[in-house]
Amino acid sequence: MAANDTLEGCFELMGGDFSNAGAASSELKSILTKLGISADIVRRAAVTAFEAEMNVIIHAVAGTMHYMIIDNTLTITLNDMGPGIESIELAMQEGYSTAPDWVREMGWGAGMGLPNIKKYADIFKIDTVVGEGTTLEIYFRLKGEKC
Amino acid sequence: MQLSKIIDLVNGTIVVDGGVAAIDITSVCSADLLSNVLRHGKKGALLVTCLNQPHVIRSAELADIPAVLLALGAIPVKDMVALAEEKKIVLLTTSLPMYTTCGILYGAGLRSCVED
Ligand SMILES: Nc1ncnc2c1ncn2[C@@H]1O[C@H](COP(=O)(O)OP(=O)(O)OP(=O)(O)O)[C@@H](O)[C@H]1O
Ligand SMILES: [Mg+2]
Repeated sequence: MAANDTLEGCFELMGGDFSNAGAASSELKSILTKLGISADIVRRAAVTAFEAEMNVIIHAVAGTMHYMIIDNTLTITLNDMGPGIESIELAMQEGYSTAPDWVREMGWGAGMGLPNIKKYADIFKIDTVVGEGTTLEIYFRLKGEKC
Repeated sequence: MQLSKIIDLVNGTIVVDGGVAAIDITSVCSADLLSNVLRHGKKGALLVTCLNQPHVIRSAELADIPAVLLALGAIPVKDMVALAEEKKIVLLTTSLPMYTTCGILYGAGLRSCVED
């Protein structure tokens, strides 16, 4: 795509909807692949999107995943209505999880989702209001340019 | 290592054949927690797990993992099989325990996707 093209889209996410979990991230991955973005960035974007999508499904009531590409930057934004996060510092610690047992039985609850997003994103911002919801902004530089 | 050789080594059964013959496996990721798979899984790795849930296939798809091997005779739930078919992820089972399965693959020269 040309450097100044803008491309964006949005997916709806439902808390507790485990049967469709990952569908948004899967769709995003195929869009990014079709755009010819390098496989390494596509993989990192897909993994971080999936972790964030699962957090909405596991921990929140409803939300959206929005993606935008502009000026050689891919931004993935997750916005949810939910309980919010009381301590971001705690939530960012590897191994910290409040996931209930039945979620663990599906393979989640390692307490590694947010740390994984931080590791694989170029820039990661988190904003939360207890009792209202959480917003994540995940940025990837395309073609090695600065945001 | 060719996936067909791995199937022989662990006496595996093919549940979903997403192109078994063509797949070359470069490392192994063994985990029952999906965020560990997403953290450490490498492109081209084989995932060995006892977790028989569809999110395993989603994780494989999104992390470029072409094949999943269920150990200890784990039987995949219906949705897991359906998603593997849709996403063309190879799904295998073995009755061997996870420890033995990984031991055999290690002995045959495959290394963990965590060490580099
Ligand atoms: N969108 C969210 N809304 C409310 N709480 C959240 C949200 N995302 C994360 N949290 C809180 O932060 C904790 C840590 O999140 P993280 O994604 O690292 O781990 P996890 O979801 O519990 O397990 P894993 O991601 O390894 O499956 C969660 O257990 C939860 O308490
Ligand atoms: Mg999580």
